[in-house]
Amino acid sequence: MKKKLIAFLTVFATLTIALGGCSGDKTGGSSNDESSIIIGIPQDLEESLDPHDAVAAGTKEILFNIYEGLVKPDSDGNMIPAVASSYELDAEGKTYTFTLRDGVKFHDGTLVTAEDVVYSLSRCADTSLGEPLVPAFSNIESVEKKDDKTVAVTLVTPDTDFIAELTVAIIPEHNADPDSVSIGTGPYKYVSRSIQDNIVLTRFDEYWGTKANIKDITLKVIADSDMIVTNLQSGAIDMICRITTEQAKQIENLDYNVVEGTMNLVQAMYLNNAVEPFNDVRVRQALCYAVNRQEILDIGFDGKGTIVGSSMFPAFGKYYMPELSEYYGYDIQKAKDLLAEAGYPNGFKMSITVPSNYTQHVDTAQIIVEQLSKIGVDASINLVEWETWVSDTYVGRNFEATVVGVDASTLTAPSMLNRFVSDNGKNFINFSNEEYDIQFACAKSYTNDADKTAAFKKCEEILTQEAANVYIQDMSCLVAINNKYDGYVFYPMYVQDFSTLYVK
Amino acid sequence: MANTNMGKTITAKAQNKKAFGLKLKIFKDKKTNFYVGLGITAFFLLITIVGYFWTPYNPNAMDVDAKYSAMSFTHLFGCDNFGRDIFSRVVSGLGTTFFVGLGTVLIGGLVGIIIGAICGYFGGLVDEIGMRIMDALYAFPSLLLALVFVSLLGSGKYQVIIALGIAFIPSFSRIVRAEYMRCRDLDYVKSARLFGASHFRVIFVHILPNITPVLVSSAIIGFNNAVLAEAGLSFLGIGVQPPDASLGEMLSSAQSFLFSTPWYALCPGIVMIIMILGVSLMAEGVE
Repeated sequence: MKKKLIAFLTVFATLTIALGGCSGDKTGGSSNDESSIIIGIPQDLEESLDPHDAVAAGTKEILFNIYEGLVKPDSDGNMIPAVASSYELDAEGKTYTFTLRDGVKFHDGTLVTAEDVVYSLSRCADTSLGEPLVPAFSNIESVEKKDDKTVAVTLVTPDTDFIAELTVAIIPEHNADPDSVSIGTGPYKYVSRSIQDNIVLTRFDEYWGTKANIKDITLKVIADSDMIVTNLQSGAIDMICRITTEQAKQIENLDYNVVEGTMNLVQAMYLNNAVEPFNDVRVRQALCYAVNRQEILDIGFDGKGTIVGSSMFPAFGKYYMPELSEYYGYDIQKAKDLLAEAGYPNGFKMSITVPSNYTQHVDTAQIIVEQLSKIGVDASINLVEWETWVSDTYVGRNFEATVVGVDASTLTAPSMLNRFVSDNGKNFINFSNEEYDIQFACAKSYTNDADKTAAFKKCEEILTQEAANVYIQDMSCLVAINNKYDGYVFYPMYVQDFSTLYVK
Repeated sequence: MANTNMGKTITAKAQNKKAFGLKLKIFKDKKTNFYVGLGITAFFLLITIVGYFWTPYNPNAMDVDAKYSAMSFTHLFGCDNFGRDIFSRVVSGLGTTFFVGLGTVLIGGLVGIIIGAICGYFGGLVDEIGMRIMDALYAFPSLLLALVFVSLLGSGKYQVIIALGIAFIPSFSRIVRAEYMRCRDLDYVKSARLFGASHFRVIFVHILPNITPVLVSSAIIGFNNAVLAEAGLSFLGIGVQPPDASLGEMLSSAQSFLFSTPWYALCPGIVMIIMILGVSLMAEGVE
């Protein structure tokens, strides 16, 4: 979550002016083979392009086009085979056996071998420097090469969701300097970069799967969010992701299409379930009844966004329960009754902590304050710096309520639901419910998918019934794209896939 | 010792100007300055007082249908991105702004007078120690100093008052000190001492009333600076917390809508400019 929010921070809060430089020369774009596109990105990539070291969400989403793992997510969030052509999980749920795809080539022309796979996974699981590069890999017992085409990954404890972690990039063992020499297996290969200005990618013609449509991609760094509209107006960039509704309005009449997807997070007023008065379920429910979610969307987000009712967003597909969004309808009288029942007939005072760099969360909080005043709850907003929010609110859990968005690191139900288990380290709202803990533990232990899904859904229901938080929405995500191009595909996670783009 | 003291005895007026920076001189006649300034200030004060009891709309009430609506008779200054009436928010923001300004002057003035009076009256070692501490405080730009205190105290209306109050102590104490240094050797002070008046009595009963004109003038200029500083802090997002309105906070939130909803930024901005102008004219007139 932190990484994603940091990326947002960069989008919304950077004030540095991007170095102008050349605006890039467009090459017609008529012939498919000479096609090119200039895409604006809100910040430069990290200095190191080593996919295993990347921490910023803004870097990872670009590296998605250059590197691939044994499996990779598709636009529905399913794990599809990539470098591996198939895999098997033993009955115990402990050993994953991968069969490597034939003829997968690295960008330097060499074939991917089982050694490269073992090297890449072992590199991420290496604990000699403390925490492994991929934290979830601490569950790996061994990575073994069975034969030239087979690799087995054995876990310490069984985990049927572990496949989602095996998206880590496969890199060649012979690359001595992955920091600066970027060699992967993805649909695009790295060409060059100029710090704080641009990154150039080109199509990898020997890609194993469906080859990318557009040949050359230039990623232009636009660090100043105020410059986005100017760049679009002047035609200096053809596409940019995550613009605000305000910016979208300003380019309405230009040659751009604004496509709408979702941010894939759960924006909510998270309540500290351990402090008064939020330790009373009736108070929490009263707040849920008093907050008019549709009005928040209408006032703050031009009506865009999807109302959610639990800690799960639509991209999760089978785990998502749309019916929960209607569990608490807007009902002032019910809210007042519940408050009176809980012993607060005249309301109470509360403070909502909001990280100040997120305009959309601050806006939401302002609307909530106004709505809560109707049931006599006198809420005030406490704006804090992002770092303070992380240390005091998230880690220190010293807050009453906070409006933020929580996203998922992988598309597995636990990545959203894990944090509400009583003794979980990330349980910053101090949610504590015995039944939830039992359901969650059961869900994790089931190997049958139907049982597992049912148990996780039960967990979501508990969160809603207990009114753990005032769930609001999965925010919309706007992408501006020149109407010469099309084919932008939204993913249920923080990645950008350039390979599907094409010239109309 | 006598020499250094001589060097420090700058006239109160010059000191005043140095401490509070630029001032306005529009009308040649000081009296006109004062009355025009007083008129403007009184007008805003009246609006603020009325606004405390009644505003056309609830300043925090949101209306989806009125989002971004332009200036009209239903919404005098238009509406902001939440559909809140900007006029009502400007009026309630004026209240916040006046409150912060007065509070700041009160804290800064009170502490500044005490420190300045003691330093200026007694001189010598007390003066050296007190004034060097003030110099150290004064070395920071007052907004920066206030920023430090806000980050220590947390953000909010009252915290801003305390922070700005502290930041304004040095300028007040300097002016007051200079006045006391000028007055302490005057005949009426000497005779009061001869009659057996205590130092405390001389400082607060005999000298203080005699320096009121200087105090009033610096309090007014201080008020002006406090208003601007509050706007600055709120603009940086560490002053008044939303959804409460203040002129600076409104300017800050209007930033993103400069082109689509220009009146959102213009209205609070222009109101602030006129108010500052009025108070400045008044200060000029008082002198």
